Amino acid sequence: MLNTVKNIGQKEKIKLFLEQRKPIIEDWKHTYYLWKSTPLAMIGTVIIFIFLTIAIFAPLLTSYSPTEQFMEERLLSPSSQHIFGTDQYGRDIFSRVVYGARVEVWIIFIVSIISVMIGIIVGITAGYFGGAVDEILMRITDMFLAFPRLILAMVLTAVLGPNLTNTMIAISLVDWTVYARLGRAEAMKVKSQPYIEAIRAVGAKDLRIIAFHVLPMSISPVIVQLTLRMGTIILTAAGLGFLGLGAQPPTPEWGAIVSDGRNYLVNQWWISTFPGMAIAFVVLGFNLLGDGIRDILDPRLRR
Amino acid sequence: MKLGTYIIKRIFLMVIVMLGVATIVFFITRVIPADPVGAILGGNAPIERVDEMRHQLGLDKPITLQFIDYIKGIVHADFGISLKSNRPVLKDIINYFPATIELAIASMIFAVVVGVVLGVYSAIYRNKPIDHFSRIFSILGVSMPVFWLGLLLLLLFYYHLDLLPGGGRNSLFIFSPRITGLLLLDSIIAGDWIAFWDGLSHIILPAFVLGYASAASIARIMRASMLDILRQDFIRTAKSKGLSKRVVIYRHALKNALIPVVTIIGLSFGSLLSGAVLTETIFSWPGLGRYIVNALLVLDYPAVTGGTLFIAFVYSLANLVVDISYAALDPRMRV
Repeated sequence: MLNTVKNIGQKEKIKLFLEQRKPIIEDWKHTYYLWKSTPLAMIGTVIIFIFLTIAIFAPLLTSYSPTEQFMEERLLSPSSQHIFGTDQYGRDIFSRVVYGARVEVWIIFIVSIISVMIGIIVGITAGYFGGAVDEILMRITDMFLAFPRLILAMVLTAVLGPNLTNTMIAISLVDWTVYARLGRAEAMKVKSQPYIEAIRAVGAKDLRIIAFHVLPMSISPVIVQLTLRMGTIILTAAGLGFLGLGAQPPTPEWGAIVSDGRNYLVNQWWISTFPGMAIAFVVLGFNLLGDGIRDILDPRLRR
Repeated sequence: MKLGTYIIKRIFLMVIVMLGVATIVFFITRVIPADPVGAILGGNAPIERVDEMRHQLGLDKPITLQFIDYIKGIVHADFGISLKSNRPVLKDIINYFPATIELAIASMIFAVVVGVVLGVYSAIYRNKPIDHFSRIFSILGVSMPVFWLGLLLLLLFYYHLDLLPGGGRNSLFIFSPRITGLLLLDSIIAGDWIAFWDGLSHIILPAFVLGYASAASIARIMRASMLDILRQDFIRTAKSKGLSKRVVIYRHALKNALIPVVTIIGLSFGSLLSGAVLTETIFSWPGLGRYIVNALLVLDYPAVTGGTLFIAFVYSLANLVVDISYAALDPRMRV
C-alpha cells in the first residue's frame, strides 16, 4: 500500500489531488459563475480592486509627500502639476487622497479583526452554552445596541483621546454586536446537529468542539456580514475624522481632509470635494459587492 | 403570550438594559479617563483650581460612592451642571432636544414619502427607466458620506444659487413663540406664517441630507416587498376578478407590502440620530447632536454623560415602541 502511493508519478498525484478536492473546486466554479452573472457585484469588485491597488502602490502614484507643507504653493487650483489642487498648507490633495487609501485600508483591517474576534467569542459562547450564560451575554450585547452607533463611537474616541488608534478601537467596540448575534445564531444551529453529539460521545471536551467544529461552521456567515459592513466602517471612521474626534491632522484620513477644507469651501472647493468623492466611490464599491453577495445568497431579492 | 404580558416583559427588559447603559457610560466617562481634570484645565492650572473642579465633578470621592451618586442622579433626572454653559445639563437637553426631534421628524417624513413612492413605482415598472433611476438613487444614498453631501449642497444652494439659507433653524430677527419647542408647529399654532416659511426654508436641506440614506433603504425594501406581493396568488385572483390595476395595486398589494417597511422605519431611527450629529454640525442646527459634539471637544463630562444617556434612552424607547406595535400586528413576534 505504502509502496504504491510512493510509486505513482507526479501526474497521478495531481490527478488524485484534484479528485479529492473536486467538490471544493466545483463550489468555487459555481461561485464564480454567480459572481459573473451579477454585474453589480463585478463593478463593486473592480472598484475595491482599484482602491486596494491605490493603497498598495501609493508611493508610485504620486511624487508629493502627503504631509509635507509648502507654504508658497498653498490653495492652488487643480492643474497638471497638482491634479486635485493643494490645500491651505500647500500639500498636494491628490497625494493626500492616495495615501489616505492606506489609512482607510488599515482602519478596515484592524476594525474587522478586533470586532469579529470579540463578536465571535461572545456570540459562540452564548449560543453554545445557552442558559444563563446566553442570557447575560445577550443582555450585555443589547446594552451596546442601545446606543446609536456613531454616538457611542465618538464618546469613546473623545474620552480615549482622538487619534487613529483609538478611532479603530472605538469602532470595533461598537461594531462587534453584529457578529455576536450572528455567531450566536449559527452556534445554536450547529450545536444541535447529530455529529456534535457523536463527537461528544467519543469524549471531546467543550473547548475542542467549539474550536474545531462549531467555529469553522459559524465563520462563513460572519465573513459575509463583514464584507457587507466594510462600507459602514469607512463611513463611521470618516464621520469621526470629520467631527475632529477621529484621526487627527496631518494624518491623511479622508473624513479629516474633508473637514480641513470646510472653511475654504466657497473659493477652494477642491480640498473637500475630492476626498469626499473618494469615500463615496469606495463605499459604493463595497455596497455593490455586498448587494451582489446578498443577491447570490438570497434569490428572493434578485429580481 | 398575551400582548399585555409581552409589553410588561419588554419594559422590564428595557429598565435592565438602561441600567447597563448607565454603567457603560459611567465606565467610559469616569473610569477610563486617567486625569479628566488635567485634560479639561490643561497642565498649568493652579492646584486649588484642580481640587475645586475635582470636588465639583465629585471625583474626590471613592469610585463606588461616585457610582451610587451617579445612579441616584439619573433616577432623579439630575445630570449635574454643564462645565461649559454652567447650567443644569437637563435644562440644556430640554432646550436642544426639540430641534433634533423636529429635524428627525422632517427627514423621516421625507424618507417615507420618497422611499415608498420610488419603491412602489420601481416595482410596478420593473426594469424600466424609473426603476433604474430609483436603484441608482438608493445605492448612492447609502454610499455618500452625509457630511460631504451636506457641504456640497450648501455650496450649491446657498453660496452659488442663493436659494436656501446657509444654516441654523431660523433667520436673525425672526422669532417664533416657543410652545412645544418644535419651531414649525409653534409658528402654525401662533399663526405666524412668516416664521413658518422661514423655518421651512431652513429645514429643507438638513432634512433632505439626513433623510436621504433612510429614503434609500426604504425604497429598496419597498421594492423587494412589493415585487414579492405582486406575484402572489391573491393578486392574480384580484386581477382575474376584473378589478382595475389601480385598485389591485393600491388596495391589495400596497397594504400588504408596507408591513416590512414599518420595521425599517423603526430601525432607521437609530441611524437618523447618528446622522443628526453630522447634519447638525454642518448646518449649525442647534440640536442635541451638536450639543454632544461640542461638549466632547472640550471634555464637558456632565454634558456628555447626560446627552449620551438621554439619546440612548430615546433610541431604546423608539425601539420598544416599534417592537410592541409589531407584536400587536403580528402575534408570532411575541416569543
